[in-house]
Amino acid sequence: MSNLDDKLSKLGPIQLDALREVASIGAGNAATSLSEMLNNKIDMKVPKVSILPVDQVPEMMGGVENLITAVLVRIKGDINGGVLFTLDTSSANTLLSLLIGEKVNIEDSIGEIEDSALKEIANILTGSNLNAFSQMLDIQIKPEVPSLAYDMAGAILEVAFIELGQIGDYSLVIETEVSGSIAEEIKGHFFLIPDPDSLDVILTKLGVLVD
Amino acid sequence: MADLKVGNKDDIIITSGLGSCVGLTLYDNKSQIGGMAHIMLPECPSNRKQGKPEKYADTAIEILIDKLQKKGANTRGLEAKMAGGAQMFNFSNSNDRIRIGDRNIEAVEKILRSKNIPIIGAEVRENYGRTMELYNDTGKVIIKTVKHDNIVL
Repeated sequence: MSNLDDKLSKLGPIQLDALREVASIGAGNAATSLSEMLNNKIDMKVPKVSILPVDQVPEMMGGVENLITAVLVRIKGDINGGVLFTLDTSSANTLLSLLIGEKVNIEDSIGEIEDSALKEIANILTGSNLNAFSQMLDIQIKPEVPSLAYDMAGAILEVAFIELGQIGDYSLVIETEVSGSIAEEIKGHFFLIPDPDSLDVILTKLGVLVD
Repeated sequence: MADLKVGNKDDIIITSGLGSCVGLTLYDNKSQIGGMAHIMLPECPSNRKQGKPEKYADTAIEILIDKLQKKGANTRGLEAKMAGGAQMFNFSNSNDRIRIGDRNIEAVEKILRSKNIPIIGAEVRENYGRTMELYNDTGKVIIKTVKHDNIVL
């Protein structure tokens, strides 16, 4: 496998800006779909594209031991890797209550309904984001069946990054923050995690490949 | 993640948020010197020049034993405990590549066997995250999880 750390160290502001451009369109699409689904206005902030030491990523979710829900969707096609959608506990409860129509507390248990509702939300976000990438870059991306976990942020992120082939010390993170206009705050993160070779494909298609 | 620490009897060594990674402690009862590694992958690829050797089972265990020896531990008296190697996400089409937790456990077991270091406690596999704490005064290891009570190894 090619060395991802080497590749990432060569990405400059031009490459990161190009990635951010595409990610912004994806986030816009995702916000529209999610707002329709929940009948509530959901906003997505302008995505942050950054190269972070892998062990710093859990800090964005409130620390290694903070409880989060995470849906991981593997992607196959012209680019491979995965997308990870995470929500903190209270945001997951808020979103689920909106969707299911009754009060939900996932700390007690995640039932079948909550499980599929969370995966559905992740599917929508993933789909709209990936559409933006496949249209803008003219590539085929096929999402696979989502998988859900509710556990410590550190454990979840560690597994997601390792399983998706990001075995370097650094990781490319395209991070979109979800926020809602509903009474309670919704805080979520959306990560696109390409494998090392797919990063080349994306950059080539964007016309900003580095040697 | 991918970290490695050794300490003497007054130290407590902690690694948080173990998923598919394996937390490994090696402890020498007599000197009360112990250490912990947070192993991410089974083996260090030979073509890999960069990256931390602390994150691969084969290289991490060598470094850990070396550091324990330098600190004054009797490496022939070492006993091992391990935790982690979980599969956090369940995919229906699980293939070999995504069984990283299992592969990490197997790699650690194999290397320890070859070095005649007994594993006297393990809390591994399943599907939940773990935090591992090594108390060097007693050699006790406490495993904390979100979904279960603490486990003492």
